[in-house]
Amino acid sequence: MPFPGLFNYWIVVILMMIGLYIVIAHGNLVKKIIGINVFQVSVFLLYITIGKVAGGSAPILDQGIEVYSNPLPHVLILTAIVVSVATTALGLALVVRIRNAFQTIEEDEIDQQEKTG
Amino acid sequence: MIIKHLAIIQVILPLMAAPVCIVIRHHVGVKIWAVLISWLSFLISIALLVQVSDQGLIVYQLGGWAAPWGIEYRIDILSAFVLLIVSGIGAVVMPYSWTSVEKEIVHERAYLFYCMILLCMTGLLGIVITGDAFNLFVFMEISSLASYVLISFGQDRQALVAAYRYLIIGTIGATFYMIGVGFLYASTGTLNIFDLSQLVPALSASRTVKAALAFFTVGLGIKLALFPMHMWLPNAYTFAPSAVSVFLAATATKVAVYALFRIVFTIFGGTEILEILPIRGLLIGMAAMAMIYGSIQAIYQINVKRILAYSSIAQIGYMVLGLSFDNATGIAAGIIHLFNHALMKGSLFMVLGAVMYRVDSVQLNDMAGLGKYMPLTMAAFFIAGLSLIGMPLTVGFVSKWYLIQAALEKGWWPIAMLIVISSLLAVVYIWRVIEVVYFMPANPEAREVREAPISLLLPTWILLGAVIYFGIDATTGLNIAIAAADALLAGGGS
Amino acid sequence: MLKKTILRVVSKFLIPFVLIFGLYVQWHGDFGPGGGFQAGVIFAAAFILYGLIFGTALLRRVLPSKVTRSFLVIGVLLYSGVGVFGIIFGGEFLDYSVLARDPLKGQHLGILLIELGVGITVAASMITIFCAFAGRSPNRLDEF
Repeated sequence: MPFPGLFNYWIVVILMMIGLYIVIAHGNLVKKIIGINVFQVSVFLLYITIGKVAGGSAPILDQGIEVYSNPLPHVLILTAIVVSVATTALGLALVVRIRNAFQTIEEDEIDQQEKTG
Repeated sequence: MIIKHLAIIQVILPLMAAPVCIVIRHHVGVKIWAVLISWLSFLISIALLVQVSDQGLIVYQLGGWAAPWGIEYRIDILSAFVLLIVSGIGAVVMPYSWTSVEKEIVHERAYLFYCMILLCMTGLLGIVITGDAFNLFVFMEISSLASYVLISFGQDRQALVAAYRYLIIGTIGATFYMIGVGFLYASTGTLNIFDLSQLVPALSASRTVKAALAFFTVGLGIKLALFPMHMWLPNAYTFAPSAVSVFLAATATKVAVYALFRIVFTIFGGTEILEILPIRGLLIGMAAMAMIYGSIQAIYQINVKRILAYSSIAQIGYMVLGLSFDNATGIAAGIIHLFNHALMKGSLFMVLGAVMYRVDSVQLNDMAGLGKYMPLTMAAFFIAGLSLIGMPLTVGFVSKWYLIQAALEKGWWPIAMLIVISSLLAVVYIWRVIEVVYFMPANPEAREVREAPISLLLPTWILLGAVIYFGIDATTGLNIAIAAADALLAGGGS
Repeated sequence: MLKKTILRVVSKFLIPFVLIFGLYVQWHGDFGPGGGFQAGVIFAAAFILYGLIFGTALLRRVLPSKVTRSFLVIGVLLYSGVGVFGIIFGGEFLDYSVLARDPLKGQHLGILLIELGVGITVAASMITIFCAFAGRSPNRLDEF
C-alpha cells in the first residue's frame, strides 16, 4: 500500500481516543472543553480524508485538470467548524460564570459545594 | 403562492424572528413578538398537517436544487405530526413565559431568552422537517446550543453546572451522529435520507454501514436521554427556568426520539442490518430499564421538578419501547405517546412554574398544603398526574393501552408486565406529591399564598383540556399515529 | 494597553493589510478560494489584534457593542432575506436564479449577497466573543 494508505484514519482514531479520554478523565472544566475540541477535530479530519480523491487536484475549476477532489466534505466541515466554535465559546462562557459562582473550575470541588448546598 | 412554501416558512419564520428580538430589546415588545411568531408557527404547522393528510408527502427543494444534490425538506404524516407537537407547545409556552420569565429572569435579559427560545424552536422544527442527514446535524446543534443557554438562565448557580454538563455530553452525542453521517457518506456518497434509504440496503454487509448505525444509535440516544445515557437530563430540567423546563421536556426529547427513528427506520428499515445487529432488542432492553429505573428514581426525589425529570426518563422509555416493536400497533403507540407525553409533561411542568411563581420553591416540603391555597393549580397537577399514571379518560391511558396491546400482540407478556409495574411506580411518585399537597398542613408562610395568576393558569388548563379531550376522543390522534406508523413501516418510499 | 513600541507600530502597519486581505477573500470568493466564513474571521482578526494591543476599551470605542450587535442581526437577516426574495420572485427559498433577469447573473448576485451576510455575521460574532471574554477583569464577581 502506498504511503498515506490508512495513515489518516489511524490519526483520526488516535485523536478521537485522546479527545474522549480528556473529556472523561479530567476534572478541570477548561480541559474538558479542550478534549471536546480535539475530539471534534478528529472528526473533521475524517471528513476531509473521505473527500480526497486519489490523484485529484483541489476542487477549483481550471484548464487541463480532469480529476478533482470532492469539495462537499470540506463544506460540511466548514459548517461543523462553525458549530464547534460556537460550542467552545458557549462552553468557555459557562466556565467563566461557573468560576464566578463557585470560585473554582475543578469538577470535584464543584460537586462538593453542590452537595453541601 | 404561500401554500407552496409553507415547509420552508415553518423553519425560517422563527429563525428570522430570533435576531429581530435583539433589535426590539424591550422586554414587553419582545414578548408580544415571540407570542405572535409562535402562534403563526402553530398555524403553519396545522396547515402543513392538513396539506399532508390531503395530498400526502410534501417535498421542498431548497434553492431549486434537485435532491440528492441539494437539500430537500420532506414532510410526511409523521413529521407533520411532530411539527404540530413542537409548534403547539411553543404556542402555549410563549404566552405562559410572559409571567413566568418576568419573575425568574431580569428584564434586561428577557430579549436574550426569547431570542434563544425561538432559535431552539427553529432547530427542533428543522430536525423534523429536513430530509438531509447533515442538515439534521446542523439543526440539532442549533437547538442544542440554544437549550444550553436557556438552561443556564436558571436562578440557581447549579443551573450553570447543569448547562455545562449538558453541553459536554450533548456535543459528544452530536459528534457521534456526525461520525455516523460521515461513514454513510463515505460508503454511499449521498446525504439525502431518502436517497440513503435506497442505497444502504445494497450495502448491508458493509462494516462501515454497521458502524454508522451504532454511532447513530449512541449519538441520538444521548440526545434523547435514553437510559443509561440520561445523566444530563435530571439536573438540566431541574435547574432550568420553569418556562424552559416546560418547553424542553415537552419537545426536545420528543424530537430526538423522532430523529432516532427517522434514521433507524427510514435508512436502515429495509436492510438486513437490523436483523444482523440486534438494535431493536437493544433498544427494547434499554427502554425497559429506563421505565423501571426512571420511575424508581423519581420516587426518592425531594424536588418535584426532579421527580418529573426522572419520570420523563421513564416516559422516554415508553416511547422508545413502542417504536422498537416492529408491529404497527407498537409504533403507533410510540408515536401517540410522543404527543400525549408532550401534553402531560408540559402541563405538569407548567403547574410547577406556577408554584415557583408563588412559593419560590418546588421542594416537596414547601408545597405542603398548597391544595387549599392554589386549588386550580393543584387540580391541574392532579389531573395531569393521573394521566401520567394512565387513568382512563386521559391521554396517558390511550398510549399505555396500545403499548400493552402491542406487547401482547407480540406475545411479550414480560414487557407488558413491566409497563404495568412502571405505571404502579408512577402511582407512588405522583401520590407522594398529591399527599403532601392535599393532606399535609401548610407551612406558616404558605398560608399567604394566593392562586396563581390567570396568565399562568390559562395555558396550563389549555394543555390540560387537550389531555382530557384527546383522552376521550382518542381516534383523531390515533388515526394520525396509525397512518404515520404505516408510513414508517413502509420505509423511506412513503 | 501594552507599552511595547514594536508591537504597537507593527500592528498599526499590519491592521490595514489584514482588513484589505479580509475584503479580498470576501469579494473574491466566487472566483477563487474564499468566502464569507474565512473573510469574516480574517476581518475580525484585525480588530482582535487591535484589541489585544490597545485594549478592549479602545476597541469598544471603535466598535461599540451596539454596532457589533446590529451587524450580527444584519448578517443573519441579509442571508435569510436573500432566501425570502427568492420566494417573492417566484422561485424556491434561496433560489438565486430569479434574483436577476439572467439566471447566471442571479446566481452570481445571490451567492455574493449570501456570503456577505455570512461574512458580516461571522466577523461580528468573533469580535463579540473576543470582547465578551477579554473585556472582563479576572476577579470580578458575576453581576448576574
